[in-house]
Amino acid sequence: MTSVAEAPTGRVEQRLLDGEVGLDAHLARHGRLPILDSSQIIGMARDAGLTGRGGAGFPVWRKLSAVAQAGGAAVVVANAAEGEPASRKDRALLAYQPNLVLDGLQLAAAATRAKAAHLYAPKAALPALRRLLVARRTAGLDRLEVTLHAAPDAFVSGEESAVVSAINGTGAVPADKRIRIIQAGVGGAPTLVQNVETLAHLALIARYGAGWFLTAGTADEPGTFLATVSGAVRRPGVIEAGYGVPLGDLIAAAGGATMPLQAVLIGGYHGGWVPADPALPVSRRALEPFGASPGAGVVVALPANACGLGETARIAGYLADQVAGQCGPCINGLPRMAATLADLAARRPRPGLPAEVERLARLVSGRGACRHPDGTARLVLSAMRAFEADVVAHLHGRCLATEGHR
Amino acid sequence: MTEALWYFARGSGVISLVLLTVVVALGIGSRSGKPAFGLPRFAVSMLHRNAALLAVVFLAGHIVSLLFDPYAQLRLVDFVLPFVGNYRPFWQGLGTLGFDLMIAIVVTSLLRNRIGARAWRAVHWLAYLSWPIALAHGLGTGSDNGTWWLWAISIACTAVVVVAVGWRLSTGFSRFPARADREVAARLRQPEAKQLEEVR
Amino acid sequence: MRLHIDWTACDGRGVCTELLEEMLTEDDWGYPVLRDGKGEIPRALDGAARRAVDRCPRLALKLTQQ
Repeated sequence: MTSVAEAPTGRVEQRLLDGEVGLDAHLARHGRLPILDSSQIIGMARDAGLTGRGGAGFPVWRKLSAVAQAGGAAVVVANAAEGEPASRKDRALLAYQPNLVLDGLQLAAAATRAKAAHLYAPKAALPALRRLLVARRTAGLDRLEVTLHAAPDAFVSGEESAVVSAINGTGAVPADKRIRIIQAGVGGAPTLVQNVETLAHLALIARYGAGWFLTAGTADEPGTFLATVSGAVRRPGVIEAGYGVPLGDLIAAAGGATMPLQAVLIGGYHGGWVPADPALPVSRRALEPFGASPGAGVVVALPANACGLGETARIAGYLADQVAGQCGPCINGLPRMAATLADLAARRPRPGLPAEVERLARLVSGRGACRHPDGTARLVLSAMRAFEADVVAHLHGRCLATEGHR
Repeated sequence: MTEALWYFARGSGVISLVLLTVVVALGIGSRSGKPAFGLPRFAVSMLHRNAALLAVVFLAGHIVSLLFDPYAQLRLVDFVLPFVGNYRPFWQGLGTLGFDLMIAIVVTSLLRNRIGARAWRAVHWLAYLSWPIALAHGLGTGSDNGTWWLWAISIACTAVVVVAVGWRLSTGFSRFPARADREVAARLRQPEAKQLEEVR
Repeated sequence: MRLHIDWTACDGRGVCTELLEEMLTEDDWGYPVLRDGKGEIPRALDGAARRAVDRCPRLALKLTQQ
């Protein structure tokens, strides 16, 4: 756990979410985008060490240059689909600072020399965006016209290939990964799909430079990220902080815990349970030992009197319900895994039950067009570890958390 | 000589029907995924394919021999265009139609890797049309209609296909009856014509 | 070479698990499981892998480089 000491710079701070709402306020504060060419934008993204904020955390510059070099007229897509029930940050960003997102989309288009730009967002966000796009056009801000698309409110609808399928008009369904969307995505063109928060960071980097970006976060995970903090906290909401921010600071920024916490779910419904240690840095590196990662910034605080297995079983059941329906191992395996975990949570033990949960989790992993089975399995496995004592108790018909044995 | 051709034409026609029946039954068998007829799955599927190719050979013999038959007076056009023949045009036309369908099924199967599974499947469903057409053709046009043995063969073939289709439609057909159906969730399909909203 | 399963196409008919027993088993629902989890094809199984790809009734198996 050396990374704890190596994360001194992470703290709650406003970058994306700072400032007044509206186009005039945006221009007054940040000004127009500087004119940059493809290699300048890619270079800045590389120097800043910007990674995707949609969950996977892939280096942005590598994706940009792959699409730029793929050959053919590229397409860029800003992805604001937020099917994750515990995440609100993309919606918040679109509501408060949509201009940063749209600036970032133009930068991504310039970097990849794209001929088309799309914004894929929940239906409710579209009317305001439509008005804003007209205003930006009038102000001469957008070189490339942006097409809006409604994202279905469903868990897998924001997965990269599902976004491409949705824009292609064939339903928001993940596709087989043998054909990479970097090569052939929207309309068969090389396609860049980037989370809206990532694009907003790019818009700030273009103005204030990579050096400025590096002043937040840790050395190997620079910049801020948007966290959606919920669960047993006083003021659930979206909080911006540098990577490596101590978990306790995030909880405090959300008004503090309403009662002693038992554990925290980090990274969302595809994330993992970590101890409710206020000093634990929220960074990829510090969370890795727990099989978790900051993901898309979801933080759910579990109170000491709630059963972690029960909560995980509830989420696993929800995820089993949210399958796209295409892949045999997922549509069969996830409901079985969720039901088996639910039996354990409800203290209906049978011989070999915990082993069966783990077997099913490993069985579904890596066996789908998208990572939905893998993510669900990761959550379940992390619960089996984080609530190990309660697993044993449940097998004997007890529940430590709800009986107050902690 | 013409006599011999005539016998060959009839015989090869009957053999084709029997083979097609076997092909349909094996096709259904391989669809089940259960090791049908005591054979492993891949063997069922290979037999299905080879029996189909053999049926094509016999059908080719059947047609070519009729080309030289003074009664049937088959012309090249009758190979492809149904219902324009000189001799019993309707019943003969059914034969042409069944042949066309079968050629479509065989060609698409051989090109399966090129045309993709979806197109291949769509054409393959025509087998359920092609088989009864072939049966009707044999019963209607054949000079042997009314003979006990042709009836016996036709009834036996029908029984095989009826049993196979019955099995296909029964609940015990799948290897894993408890398996969930693979079907894209409605919430991900886009009902409102792409749900596309454009800004101009 | 690697064996790739397109899960959006696979119907778990079980032909590949017979033809390529060395590399594949079946899960609780008859869908193929790569024994090594990755689909790495040993040289000796090249022919068997090609045959399994060719015979898949759903064209769900592909050979990929890498």
